[in-house]
Amino acid sequence: MNAFLALIARDVKLTWRQGGGAGAALGFMLTVIGLVPLALGPDQNLLQRLAPGLLWLTLLLSVLLTADRIFQQDYEDGSLDILAMGDQPLELVALAKALAHWLTTSLPLAVLAPLLGFLLNIAPGGLWPLAAGMMLGSLALSLIAGLGGAVTVGLRRGGLLAALLILPLYVPILIFGISAATAMTGPSGAGSSLIVLAALALAALAVQPFAAAAALRAYLR
Amino acid sequence: MTPLRSVTATSLACYRGGRQVFSGLEFGLAAGQLMEVRGPNGTGKSSLLRMIAGLNEPSAGSLSFDGGDKDKTLGQQAHYIAHQDAIKPALTVAENLAFWQRYLGGGDVAQALAVFALEHLAATPAALLSAGQKRRLALSRLAVSPRPLWLLDEPSVGLDEASHQRLVALVLNHLAAGGLVMATTHVPLGLEPHHILRIEAGRRAA
Repeated sequence: MNAFLALIARDVKLTWRQGGGAGAALGFMLTVIGLVPLALGPDQNLLQRLAPGLLWLTLLLSVLLTADRIFQQDYEDGSLDILAMGDQPLELVALAKALAHWLTTSLPLAVLAPLLGFLLNIAPGGLWPLAAGMMLGSLALSLIAGLGGAVTVGLRRGGLLAALLILPLYVPILIFGISAATAMTGPSGAGSSLIVLAALALAALAVQPFAAAAALRAYLR
Repeated sequence: MTPLRSVTATSLACYRGGRQVFSGLEFGLAAGQLMEVRGPNGTGKSSLLRMIAGLNEPSAGSLSFDGGDKDKTLGQQAHYIAHQDAIKPALTVAENLAFWQRYLGGGDVAQALAVFALEHLAATPAALLSAGQKRRLALSRLAVSPRPLWLLDEPSVGLDEASHQRLVALVLNHLAAGGLVMATTHVPLGLEPHHILRIEAGRRAA
């Protein structure tokens, strides 16, 4: 457990020091959301209708942009070899690195996205379902990104391939995230979508460590 | 837990990319012994060390160990110093070592820094280190967490004379404490090895 937490703490520290992760992803999101009203014109009703979709899309793209970096550095500088020789199984290494990605990249975005929603004139009633959906969804997004990053770790320019591989897996998360944020059927409608999002996050949590570790083992050989 | 008494390889073979790197490799290494692995480039010296570290699987043959912790693999009881230094440039020297100390368990960071005289660099970001200093930091991992088997891939590359002497002293200490060391090297370490394993292209000579 100590080794697991040590790895998460190191990755969080590295991301902050290198100014990648949260800072870059947040800058990307801010740029897109800031430009949208200028591009689409000042039609407040239109922006309000598009807001949840735009926020979800930028979250998704920010995570996609950083997916291939999750294991890349550790693979290239030899750290992954030493991590694999630790007392904890490689499955927990893969999980720790995906959780660190969640803490540094997708969770901060999920927390801040609803605030950026004000730039898009988001409906106040839709704010909480959007935020809750994004927090649950972001965990699933990071775990799946961890899988994509592991599968493409040894490939040069693996970023595009990782994005192509994990994009289909993001579709259900996007659908239920939007459905939670735009539920017209009142709180119960959002509730069921949030439960599905939670289920998707838990399924990713159960599958990712094993699948990612299997991919990493293949590359270490 | 009993100390690791010996490591034995039986007709070990390695194929990479459909090509036979070595085969029929046999050796035994006992506690307190140093083995030097010698051979030209590309004969699989590094592959052999990675195999023992559990990062490659033997294509044929087997590796076994006697004593040690039966709940762990051989790799989990080994240190592997590769060509890559496994150092994070964004962390300081002490932070790099502290991470491995927490991750691999045991050890004292301040003591490990002293082994290769890195105390004065403790707060320096690893990005600013020279190649030799990075090597010393990588080698300090040996001292930060106690593990019986050391797998050293060209450990002395880039080291100055004083650091080389420190490495020799560290290895001698480890052997005296009943440790096992396997090192690949082109430059003699200045230590008398107990065994010399020569690997030649495709097969093993005496």
